Amino acid sequence: MTGIMQMRAPQERDETSQGERWRHGAAVALNRFGLGTRPDEKPPQYPRRWLLDSFADYRAQPPELASVGSSDQLGARYLQARQEYRAMRSAGHGGARMGRPTKILADRAYAVQAQARLAAAAATPAPFVERLVHFWSNHFAVSADKPAVRALAGTMEFEAIRPHVLGRFADMLLAVERHPAMQLYLDQVKSMGPRSAHLAGRAHVNAGLNENLAREILELHTLGVDGGYTQSDVRELAKAMTGWTVAGFNRAAQGPPGRFSFDASLHEPGERRLLGKRYVQSGSAQAEAMLMELAVHPATAQHIATKLARHFAGDRPPPALVDRLTEAFLGFGGDLAAVYHALVSADEPWVSPLTKFKSPWDWVVSAVRGLRIAPGDVEAKHLLNELDQPIWRPGSPAGWGDTVHRWAGSGALTQRVEMAVVLAQKANPAAAPGDMVRRLLPGTVSERTIAAIEGADSAQLGLTLLLSAPEFLRR
Amino acid sequence: MHRRDFLAAASAAFVAPSLSLACAATEQRFVVIILRGAVDGLHVLAPCGDPAYAAARGHLALSLEGQSAAMPVDGLFALHPGLPHTLELYRARQALFVHAVATPYRGRSHFDGQDVLEGGGAHAHQRRDGWLNRLLALLPEGRAIAVGSVVPLLLQGPHAVTSFAPAADASAADRLTERIAWMYDEDELLHPLWADAVAMRAMADEIEMAGHGLVRDASFAAAILSKAEGPRIAVLESGGWDTHANQVERLTRKLTQLDAALFALRHGLGSHWGSTVVAAITEFGRTVAPNGTGGTDHGTSTVVLLAGGAIDGGRVVADWPGLQEASLLDRRDLRPTIDLRAVLSTLSAEHFAIDPGRAASHLFPGLSDTILPARLVRC
Repeated sequence: MTGIMQMRAPQERDETSQGERWRHGAAVALNRFGLGTRPDEKPPQYPRRWLLDSFADYRAQPPELASVGSSDQLGARYLQARQEYRAMRSAGHGGARMGRPTKILADRAYAVQAQARLAAAAATPAPFVERLVHFWSNHFAVSADKPAVRALAGTMEFEAIRPHVLGRFADMLLAVERHPAMQLYLDQVKSMGPRSAHLAGRAHVNAGLNENLAREILELHTLGVDGGYTQSDVRELAKAMTGWTVAGFNRAAQGPPGRFSFDASLHEPGERRLLGKRYVQSGSAQAEAMLMELAVHPATAQHIATKLARHFAGDRPPPALVDRLTEAFLGFGGDLAAVYHALVSADEPWVSPLTKFKSPWDWVVSAVRGLRIAPGDVEAKHLLNELDQPIWRPGSPAGWGDTVHRWAGSGALTQRVEMAVVLAQKANPAAAPGDMVRRLLPGTVSERTIAAIEGADSAQLGLTLLLSAPEFLRR
Repeated sequence: MHRRDFLAAASAAFVAPSLSLACAATEQRFVVIILRGAVDGLHVLAPCGDPAYAAARGHLALSLEGQSAAMPVDGLFALHPGLPHTLELYRARQALFVHAVATPYRGRSHFDGQDVLEGGGAHAHQRRDGWLNRLLALLPEGRAIAVGSVVPLLLQGPHAVTSFAPAADASAADRLTERIAWMYDEDELLHPLWADAVAMRAMADEIEMAGHGLVRDASFAAAILSKAEGPRIAVLESGGWDTHANQVERLTRKLTQLDAALFALRHGLGSHWGSTVVAAITEFGRTVAPNGTGGTDHGTSTVVLLAGGAIDGGRVVADWPGLQEASLLDRRDLRPTIDLRAVLSTLSAEHFAIDPGRAASHLFPGLSDTILPARLVRC
């Protein structure tokens, strides 16, 4: 890791570098960087310090995720269920009346994982880091449409993202691209080198090669659509990645079923060129080396910096902040903690407290935290389906959009208010609604909202209005 | 008559008070319909003859040709095609429009605007009672009914009134909706989205239950106003007029409904229609130019619809300011040239044979200029 820059200890100050005093630092730390205030949390006196200190409290494997199966287990069970179902079908048993065992398994696993995600978000002592996990999970989006992906989508977040969220981007990238969920989602498992041993002699030039994963790696995960790669680069990366597969999902692949494995017989032999550089490694190391380079490419740094700036400072990412984050990314070799440090230390994320419109997920989590709803009292999967943001199912590898236009519409607003009624009923509020709103949104709630909530003739109505308040719909 | 003629009008208004007393022989009925949400007066009664109209209104301009053509009422104005019964009344000289009208309120908040509309003050939160309640005190037998579960500010005050909801409507959902609308009143993003959502739900409700809402309330009002021992004044309310989006489609639906409600009133009142005045009023108008979502935003002046057998109709009363940019208020709104309070004060005085000065000072304290270009009630 090159240390061109020195990480300075943040000077805690309650003003921006322009000398503006901001009284809402606590609210920004709790609601924008964090996942929404919990009533038992005291507003931090030094918000920046509080955020950075929370890194130490983060657990990659919190207790809430203990009951979730691993992708190894789930992958193996999925394949077994598929095999049994096929055997039954060919033996003439089981018909339309029977639900497919693979679908049942996938749906059940998905529901368990979704629920665990909500529980972890509600309980976390490190909400800023937890938010970053969600951010990366969306950046490396899979969509749980096909049953196989549905069974494993959550495990990718838990196994490939959580352990690396405070580590190096390169490590997260590698873990994600090799995770069975991603391999299955973007059809990497089917990909075979045209001149690989397996296909030797059969068919024509690019037959058997699948470029989906390679394309999305370049377009979405690393360089970005304007990152300066060509179609030839896509093909070269795809060829380098041949052999990367999941055993059991590709007839040729060996190894324990349901696990990532490298199968040399599928690998396209020879050297490759990516972005003008030669890669002469053999086997799995070839694509790995390419990913390592992509991980620290300036275009990647800028792409990531832009998305982070959009997520934390506003729908139009402030250019100065993007530059600063890009610099931190490159200066520290993609060390994500250093990038987050630069983000927290900057002024831009702190200046306007309610500039981002919460996604449905953001809103649900903040409601569960703020109203002390027991996660077991709500069905995470159902809630987010009703709000049109089904967990791990954005429908495209680009993930969910991150601007107000994606989430604020009259229909969406109606859904939220209807959901607010439901959630208010499950609340275990720490105080009367009027006091609650002041506690949850310190220094950022308007007189009108307070009046509306305090004027409600029942606590239920007051809490419903709290969850529907303009300041609660934003972060 | 569109141009104000001060001397002629002034002398006509003050001559022979004994003539107006003679009109008090039969029992007068008065129905006020509050259209909540700021109705686009330019879309209801369009100044198609104004040379700047088409360019100013863009895609919202009504056409005088084609399938859904606006219906000309004189050389300048044309009525929205969704108001055929109203046109019929107009031709029978039982409907009258007053245009470029506004209360003194110049803000953009529905709630504050309605407060001024109903309270009759010069600014919001000045009055705790409604001008119509103050009118009751001037009548020998002021019996009034609010149709709906809540008595609006318009009828609140020391004089007792009744309220009745023909069907169980003000559910918890409606209360929540109202409160949310209030909470979002100042939020530029959420307010129009919520107005949209509410309008869509109202439309869905109407489609589900035919004869619901305003038409049902109007039938009920007509029936109860016809009873010998019943009230003589009724207030109806209609929402969903806040057309930030989808204005063309939405106003067509709403105006069709309003038209049907007027028909229901006329039909239900029967012989009493001849001594009835209906006034449909709204808190303010909308921008002349369309916005980016197929609608308009909050404006200033708008139209007032007066109907009834007692109305001296078949005219548009206006001091028309024009739609050229130089004539607009703040370069965006139709400039108001008539004070709504003057219209309502004159209407009340003429219909109930009250001295105009007394009516003005009692209903709208602080109102100085009540001169209108024309008489409103026939005699």
